[in-house]
Amino acid sequence: MFDARPQHNEYLRYRAQQFRSQVERRLDGSLTEDEFRPLRLMNGVYLQLHAYMLRVAIPYGTISPDQMRTLALLAEKWDKGYGHWTTRQNIQYNWPKLVDIPDMLDALADVGLHAIQTSGNTIRNVTTDAFAGAAADEIIDPRPYAEVLRAWSTDHAEFQFLPRKFKIAISGGEKDRAVIAAHDIGLRLRRNEAGELGFQVWIGGGLGRTPILGQVVREFLPEADLLPYVEAIISTYNLAGRRDNKYKARIKITVAERGLDVMREEIEAEFLVRRAVFTGVDQDLVAEFKAVYAAPAFRNAEDGDYEERRAANVGFRSWTDTNLQAHKAPGYASVMVTFKAPGQTPGDASAAQMNLLADLAERYGHSDLRISHDQNVALPHVHKSDLFALYSELKAAGLATANAGLISDIVACPGMDYCALATARSIPIAQEIADHFRARDIEDEIGKIDIRISGCINACGHHHLGHIGILGLDRAGVENYQITLGGDGYDIPAIGQRPGAGFPAEEVVPAIDRIINTYLDLRDSVEERFIDAYRRVGAAPFKAALYPVNA
Amino acid sequence: MSKTFTPSIATPAVITANDLRMGHCVWMRDGGWTADPREAQLFEDEAIADLAMLDAIGQANIVVGPYLAEAKRGADGRPEPTHFREAFRRRGPSNYFHGIQAELEASNV
Repeated sequence: MFDARPQHNEYLRYRAQQFRSQVERRLDGSLTEDEFRPLRLMNGVYLQLHAYMLRVAIPYGTISPDQMRTLALLAEKWDKGYGHWTTRQNIQYNWPKLVDIPDMLDALADVGLHAIQTSGNTIRNVTTDAFAGAAADEIIDPRPYAEVLRAWSTDHAEFQFLPRKFKIAISGGEKDRAVIAAHDIGLRLRRNEAGELGFQVWIGGGLGRTPILGQVVREFLPEADLLPYVEAIISTYNLAGRRDNKYKARIKITVAERGLDVMREEIEAEFLVRRAVFTGVDQDLVAEFKAVYAAPAFRNAEDGDYEERRAANVGFRSWTDTNLQAHKAPGYASVMVTFKAPGQTPGDASAAQMNLLADLAERYGHSDLRISHDQNVALPHVHKSDLFALYSELKAAGLATANAGLISDIVACPGMDYCALATARSIPIAQEIADHFRARDIEDEIGKIDIRISGCINACGHHHLGHIGILGLDRAGVENYQITLGGDGYDIPAIGQRPGAGFPAEEVVPAIDRIINTYLDLRDSVEERFIDAYRRVGAAPFKAALYPVNA
Repeated sequence: MSKTFTPSIATPAVITANDLRMGHCVWMRDGGWTADPREAQLFEDEAIADLAMLDAIGQANIVVGPYLAEAKRGADGRPEPTHFREAFRRRGPSNYFHGIQAELEASNV
C-alpha cells in the first residue's frame, strides 16, 4: 500500500524519476508517441489544444498551506502564473512544457503531491465533501476512509488497466455534498439501527455521453469491510466491463446491461473471497488516518465584534450571508472562497491568490484548505471572531465575491479554449451569463441556483447536474449550445432534461434570461429556489419561454 | 480533428501538429515547422499533401499528432482556417491573451 503523506514521499520521487527517464527516452526516439502516451497519461500529462496540460491530484480536495504554496510555485515557475480548479477537486496547469514536467513532479513530491492516476483507465482521485470534518450535519468525517481508499488504489496492480476510468466519491454528511449518485462507486457514511458505523454503497452512476444515476448495491456495509467490498466491486467490473467499445466501458453501462441483481450477486460472492485474505492492515491504517484527521483544537471563544461588523458593513453582511456554511463547532463557520469574480474564468486561481490562501489558512483557518467540486476553495474551520479580518484580506485580493451558490457561481470546464476533446467553448458563455445577471443586479433576488457548462458530451462541467445545464456542441461548424433543465447534484439527484433545440452562442444569454424571468414570475415566494419551482411546475412554462414561436 | 477530405484547389489544407518538447501548435512549411500559422504551406494537391503527411509522420521526434486541417486561401494568398477549432488553435484561448496571439505580438509581426 502506498502512503502519500508528506513525510513518506520517497516513492513519489522514485515515480518522478521514472517519468523523467520516460520523457528522455521519448525525446531521444527510444519511445514512440504510441508507447509514450499511456505513460504520460498515467502521470497526468495530456496534450491539449495549445499546449501540454498537467493535472495534479488533490486527494479528496484536502490540501495544506505548504502544498498550496507548491501549487503556486508550479504556476509561477513553469506555467503562466495560474492554475485551474477542476470539478474533481484537482488542479490543472494549462501551459507546461513537456521538458519541464519532471521538475514539476519533483517539486510536488517534496510536499507529498503527485499526478499519479489523474488520467488513464485507473481509479482516479477519490472525491468528497469540501466541508468534511467541519459540516454541522456530518455523521462522521469521511477523510480517513478517503485516504485509505487512496492509499489502497494508488498503483494497485490489479486495477491499472480497467476497462475505463473509475471514480469513487465518499460523503459523511446527512446532506450529500459529494454527488454520490454520479460516481462509479458512491459511499455514504451512515449508522444502522444498532448505532454501528457503515456505508450505503452506490454503483453505476456517471455523466458523460450516457448520464445514469447510480443505484444502491448494498444498504449497509460495515465500516471494517470497506476495502474488500470496494475491491470486489472493481474486480467484478474489471472482468465484466466491456472492452470492445470505449463508450460502453464504464461500470454504469455494465450495470445497466447486466442488471443490478446480477452485479450484486457476483460482487457479494467475490467479497467473501476478498475479505478472507485481508489481514487487518487496512483497519490499522484507518485508525491511523483517523488520528491524522482528528479535529483541530477549536477555540472556545466569544464571537467578538462579528455581529457588529455584520450590521455596519453591507459587503461583509452579504458575504457572510452567502459564503458561509454551518460548522459543527460552536463559534465556527466554514468559508467558501469563490473563484467566480466578475470577469474571472471559473476556477482559475493565480499564484498570488494561492499563496494568500495558504497564509490566511495558517492565520485564521487551522491550516486547512479544501478544493470544492464547484471549483472554489473552502476554509473549513474559521472562528467567527476572525471572519471580518479574513474577509478584509480576501477582499483586498479580489477574493471576497459574495456569490457562493448564486447565478454567477457557475461551474465550467475549460472547453475549446484549452481542451482537445471539446466541441465548443465554455468559459466565454460562463462569463457572459455572469456579467449579464450582474448588470441586471438581480443576483441576490434570483437566489440559489446552479448553472453548469460543459464544452462537450464528456461532461467535465457536470452540465447534467446543473439546475440549468449548458452543453456546447459543434453544429455544422458553428458553436451551438443545448440547454437542460432540472438537474441536481445535491438534494434529490437528477439528470437535467433537454426542453428542445440548442442555441447559437449569441442566443444563450437571452435564453437563460427568459428562463430566469419565467422563474421570477412563477415562484410562489422568494424562498422558493429555481429548482424547487421547476419541480413544482414542470418544464412547460420554461419550454414556452425558451421557444416562444412554437409555444 | 483529422478529417477525411481530399486536398485540392477547392478544398485546400494545411498540415498541423504540436511541438513535442514544448507542446505549442506548429504548421508545416517546406518540410519543416513554423509556429506562425500565416506561414503555413497550403496544400492544394492530394499527392503532394500525401507525401508531406508521410514526411510529417516521419518527424515524430519533433512533432506530435500531425494531421491535415482544411483551410482556405485568404485574400493575401495565405492560409486561413475554415473551422472554429482551427481558428482557436491559430490564435490561443479567448479568456487570456496567451498562446500564439501573444507570441506573435511579442515578435512584433
